[in-house]
Amino acid sequence: MSATLLETKGLCKSFGALQVAREISFRLDAGARHALIGPNGAGKTTLVNLLTGLLQPSRGSVHLKGEDVTSLAQAKRVKRGIARTFQINQLFRGLTVLENVCIAVAERLGAGGSMLRPAGRRSDVIAEASRLIEMLKLRDVAGRRIGELPYGRQRLVEIAIALGLDPQVLLLDEPAAGIPSAESHILLDAISTLPGEIAVLIIEHDMDLVFRFADRITVMVNGAIFAQGSPAEIAANREVRAVYLGSALDA
Amino acid sequence: MDQLISILLGGLAAGMVLFIVSVGLSVTMGLMGFVNLAHGGFAMLGGYVIVLTMKHWGLPFLPALGLGFAAVAALAVVLERLFYARLYRASELDQVLFTIGLVFVMIASITLAVGPETQTVVLPDWLRGQTDLGFVKYRSYSLAIIVAGSALVVGLWLGFERTRFGARIRAAVDNRRMAESLGTDVGRLFTLTFAFGSGLAAIGGGLGAEILGLDPQYPLRYLVYFLIVVAVGGLGRVTGVFFAALLIGVLDFVLKIYFPKGGTLFIYALTLVLLLWRPQGLFGRRAS
Amino acid sequence: MTAARQLAERHRFKWWELLPWAAGIAVFFAFPNYLAFGTQLLIAILFALSLDLVLGYAGIVTLGHAAFFGAGAYTVGMLAQHLGWNEPLSGLVAAALVAGAIGLASGYVLLRTHGLTLLMLTLCTMALLEEAANMGAAFTGGFDGMPGLKFAPLLGLFPFDLLFFRSQYLYALLVLLLCFALVRILVYSPFGQSLTGIRENLLRMHAVGAPVRARLVLAYTISAALAGVAGALFAQTNAFVNLGALGLERAAGVLIILILGGYGRLYGAFVGAIVYLLLEHALAKAYPTAWQIGLGVVLMAVALYARNGILGIGDALRRRLGGQRAP
Repeated sequence: MSATLLETKGLCKSFGALQVAREISFRLDAGARHALIGPNGAGKTTLVNLLTGLLQPSRGSVHLKGEDVTSLAQAKRVKRGIARTFQINQLFRGLTVLENVCIAVAERLGAGGSMLRPAGRRSDVIAEASRLIEMLKLRDVAGRRIGELPYGRQRLVEIAIALGLDPQVLLLDEPAAGIPSAESHILLDAISTLPGEIAVLIIEHDMDLVFRFADRITVMVNGAIFAQGSPAEIAANREVRAVYLGSALDA
Repeated sequence: MDQLISILLGGLAAGMVLFIVSVGLSVTMGLMGFVNLAHGGFAMLGGYVIVLTMKHWGLPFLPALGLGFAAVAALAVVLERLFYARLYRASELDQVLFTIGLVFVMIASITLAVGPETQTVVLPDWLRGQTDLGFVKYRSYSLAIIVAGSALVVGLWLGFERTRFGARIRAAVDNRRMAESLGTDVGRLFTLTFAFGSGLAAIGGGLGAEILGLDPQYPLRYLVYFLIVVAVGGLGRVTGVFFAALLIGVLDFVLKIYFPKGGTLFIYALTLVLLLWRPQGLFGRRAS
Repeated sequence: MTAARQLAERHRFKWWELLPWAAGIAVFFAFPNYLAFGTQLLIAILFALSLDLVLGYAGIVTLGHAAFFGAGAYTVGMLAQHLGWNEPLSGLVAAALVAGAIGLASGYVLLRTHGLTLLMLTLCTMALLEEAANMGAAFTGGFDGMPGLKFAPLLGLFPFDLLFFRSQYLYALLVLLLCFALVRILVYSPFGQSLTGIRENLLRMHAVGAPVRARLVLAYTISAALAGVAGALFAQTNAFVNLGALGLERAAGVLIILILGGYGRLYGAFVGAIVYLLLEHALAKAYPTAWQIGLGVVLMAVALYARNGILGIGDALRRRLGGQRAP
């Protein structure tokens, strides 16, 4: 039984009368390749926001590697080993690809606040950032500003930043959205090179990707967990098909 | 006791002027998220229109107020369509920069056109002298300002809470994108609100010429006060601005009499403490 | 040049970076009658540089930076006037410490807020200090300030001469050089990069684990200390200090200078101060109202069309003419 890296207990979140998360009890073990699917508005991104600390829950708790992190801010949770990508790219638009990834790597290596040596001399940071850029096939644009890149490549930079944080729990919010299907294998290849003990959660609508990647799937509807299980179980589950998968699989 | 009431009334009058000038700023800042440091300039321009038409054209008091409102509102429409609208999505820095530049142009234009002297208001007969309230006699003019300000806040409150137009403004203040997707013509809303708020400021500049003075340096001298009133009251909250303006007006007036040395300092310190305790202002809603 | 090489080389000195300092020394010999103006120019550059650190790099919009300039000026003035402590270099250090402490305290408290509230609070803090200086006439000279301050000769050898400003000019030039070197190191360090990151995308910086508030407070403190040094230079070289060292006019002035030159780039402060002060010197006294209108119009135009200032226009021209990307 592998270690539980991320766990929530009865997580709830309401905005006034609108309940966006209901009693979510959820677990990610080491080595997990987990997919989170569900119709739009089901609360998947909200769950990720609750897990990472962007949102505070109304009730319930979040545990990272056994520690209760419910009251910790985003940055502190990142330091404890959880990283995410955003549904809409959150990049440093005026900086180059390399600079973007370097900022993340520098923070991870604890060099982000260092004042005396120039950033250019931190060869450890630059080397690691270059490695990630290489892995995501971004070498040819490493020196270009984010604003100059097509959206699909910007998406890959978003992934590179998350990977640069060397997390033990990686949450990817629709990582393939915007990436041309010809290039989506880059994404899967990058994930497959990750150390086996990392837990990876993907929110996705691309069922092809989901069934290729996941060994466990959670379905969310209306803020609550609707069904959980292996891909085969979920595909066979008639209620899930009715609620969500049906249209996607028939298409 | 008489003296206390007189001081209170004086402070209320000053507060009312602050309110009349600042309410437009609060609504446009809450509605458009636009830092308009030139708002005092609109008040000044209105004040000059009012005072000078009364002095040189012999215009009676109330028509002069109306003319001031109309002239400044018209100018505001032009400026909003030409310039402000382009800066709604811009950074705060750009907005600050633009409005500082605009207020410089306003100040220098008035200095060129009229001169740097302080303007004096010649009050109409029916506002001069004192009124006997029974328990105290006080300046009729100040009492009129208090009445006018009270009527304005009631009118604005009704306008916001009871009319469809007001509801649209409140909705747009709370969530602009949602209001847009529900069909509100946000652009027109902005223009009308900006014009109305600037027109009110113009009236405030004219009405308050006696109390706050009227000279080309007016916009910069009182900028911090207008911003304090708006920030402490809460952006876009008419009742908030009202109470904040009265609070600041009365405090300032009272302190000037009893603690002439430390009064302004106290107000700045109070603002600091208030905004640190509640950054959204006394009546503002905390941004989600 | 690969991206990695480019990044690694970014902090290296380029030959033209010597030009400002060569020009500074040339001015000393070429314009011996204008060194008073030159000294004010150097002080303005330093002040604008300190603002660039918080505004241009960290993205903190403040209208109250004169609070720290004034704090430095008054520290030096009060030490000289009341304690007879008039050695210039140690006075600079004291000013930096006092201004930095005020920066740390106010930054720690204010930088919890943002947007209009933050802008308001920076204005309030400065107005508060201005009122305090006005009220504490026994210490600060109140409205009249402290004229006729006397300072010991620099290093015991170079007296401050109020007629030709020779020692003052070289003193200011040296202090500016040292402070600029410090700012340059900060800007190219990972710390400086993280400030740019905070300005470009606050959410992302939180999401990469950066201690955002700590970085902002640190940048604010350093910037305040530098502004304090500029204020101290002002008091020492001019031998007076008054309420003009604080207040909206000075704060707005340094903001204008920085924007005109181009914020977020080291040399914007230089370009902005030189252009602004030269023009002001030539025009403002002769035609004050026209100057104000012209300045207003220029500011409006810059906000609408040229938000990156003169250096930004230079970049755009260079790109248009097909040159390489700006550093």
